[in-house]
Amino acid sequence: MSKWRRRRGAPSLDDVAGNGIINRRALLGQGFALAGAASAIGINSAGAEPLADAPWSLAFGGITPPVQSPSPFEKDVVRTLSNPKGEFRNSHARTPHHLIGGTVTPNSLHFSINHCGIPNIDPTQHKLVIHGMVKQPLEFTLESLSRYPLVTRMAFVECAGNSAPMFSKEPLQVSVQALHGLVSNSEWTGVPLSTLLDEAGVDPSAKWLVAEGADAQMLDRSVPVKKAYDDALVAIYQNGEHLMPGNGYPMRLLLPGYQGNMNVKFLRRIKVVNQPAYTYFETKNYSQILPGGKTWRFHFVMEVKSFITHPSFGLSLKEPGLYAISGVAYSGTGRIAKVMVSADGGKSWGEAALQGPIHEKAFTRFVMPWRWDGQPAVLMSRAYDDGGNVQPLRPEFVTMRGEASKPVTTPLAFPNQHYNSITSWSVDNKGEIKHVYA
Amino acid sequence: MSMRKTIVALLVTLMSGAVPAFAQQQGGLGKPISEPDIKQWDIAILPDGTNLPPGSGTPAEGAKVYAEKCAACHGDAGKGGVSPAYPALVGGAPLTGGIDTVKTIANYYAYATTVFDYIRRGMPYNMPRSLSDSEVYALTAYILSLNKLIGDNDTMDAKTLPQVKMPNRDNFILPYPDRI
Repeated sequence: MSKWRRRRGAPSLDDVAGNGIINRRALLGQGFALAGAASAIGINSAGAEPLADAPWSLAFGGITPPVQSPSPFEKDVVRTLSNPKGEFRNSHARTPHHLIGGTVTPNSLHFSINHCGIPNIDPTQHKLVIHGMVKQPLEFTLESLSRYPLVTRMAFVECAGNSAPMFSKEPLQVSVQALHGLVSNSEWTGVPLSTLLDEAGVDPSAKWLVAEGADAQMLDRSVPVKKAYDDALVAIYQNGEHLMPGNGYPMRLLLPGYQGNMNVKFLRRIKVVNQPAYTYFETKNYSQILPGGKTWRFHFVMEVKSFITHPSFGLSLKEPGLYAISGVAYSGTGRIAKVMVSADGGKSWGEAALQGPIHEKAFTRFVMPWRWDGQPAVLMSRAYDDGGNVQPLRPEFVTMRGEASKPVTTPLAFPNQHYNSITSWSVDNKGEIKHVYA
Repeated sequence: MSMRKTIVALLVTLMSGAVPAFAQQQGGLGKPISEPDIKQWDIAILPDGTNLPPGSGTPAEGAKVYAEKCAACHGDAGKGGVSPAYPALVGGAPLTGGIDTVKTIANYYAYATTVFDYIRRGMPYNMPRSLSDSEVYALTAYILSLNKLIGDNDTMDAKTLPQVKMPNRDNFILPYPDRI
């Protein structure tokens, strides 16, 4: 009997799937059966260096600022930009999923797409108007919206073109940020749109809204009244702060689970109408060409999806041993029910641990303990939602939605939209990680 | 209503958690505004022509405006080529050629009203909302005629524009009709 404490019933390190996938409970605060396992999992027992006090422990520290920024050592944790010089065209900033953790995207790192720059809006001058097929057209300000009983919820926002480089026939050798950086997840606070519509009094025969922004293109999208009354918000806070300028300051439409572009930023007008407007964006970018040439319209929902953030391209493994395979899963129709993880390219799968609480239409982080034996591996994740939707395997997805006919030479390209198949990372015997199709 | 009844009504409202009830109870926080006061903002055009403004334009008139205000980015006669950021406005490959086919006015747009609406709300890129409605009709006519979607002498106005038949209109499928 050892004198060292170990809880009874701690899960063993037995594999639950091929190539080192371990019981998902093994590392989640429940301890695990270390005895006799140290060598098996490659724990390095070589002696550590003697400890000495570091310089920062021996001097008075820095000033406490009014608004704090990340440590200077975090200077590489930044969004990547499609238009760094601010040329006269659209701009995309992608979230570095491989360099952050948890489920809430920091406001400074939330993805942002702007088709004509970011307007510098004075919140005291900004107005939101609701009119059209209503009993009484109404005007709101940030101040008046702030007086309603606000509601708060988690929600991801994903550009319909997120992951579009994966329509390429050949896997692009780029990071999870380049592939999936156009989705982020926040806690949003605002007024239910249904409250404002009820106040204006919507004509029961109206089926659509046209939501419009105050940017230089007055970007607009048609939104079903059905969605407005389901769970739409006029959001004014993002993770406790007023919205970031690039995310719609001072107010935006939040349509949980629907294409990012429909979550109209800088919201200035909602017109209640009897037919969709077929605006530029819903006519062109946000309807998809299918194999054979037919096209989808009013697709709206971002489907169930997951991707592994750790480890991933650019984060090589230094030595064999114990790792946590971790990533995010989400679905535009509901809650994540299950995420399966494979380390052998999909031959066998183990069920990952989900970190709760699990919110609908929001990121859920999954974790799967993995013992890397130093041999080649292919890591994959596959999400399932509570509506029975399953993230498609790549061959299924390609049959249904096709692949780009021309080579995709840059991860900034958008060959098509609504890609939600599986991301696979291969690990070679040196620990280097590549993007592969498995 | 007695004070007691008022309090009971208020409690019921609060307990039900019904936000609309709160707004109605308080008279709401939206400030009434009249449709005439919204007019300058009310620019969304519907495909049946609803909300198209007065005015008109021909392809020949549009060609002049185009040369002056559009060609620098979209190229001569809408052929593009200045920068990948600024698309060509004429032509378009068949959609059967691949899921990554570039979507254009000719091969994709379901309604000609979209062309008018987008020019009027967002173009020229450096000076949005600077064109007169007749200039927008003229540019729309010019671009539609370059694409052979209308005749070279056809006038576009609130009546004619919604009648333009776009080739791809019947090629769309609704994957999720229950969401509307």
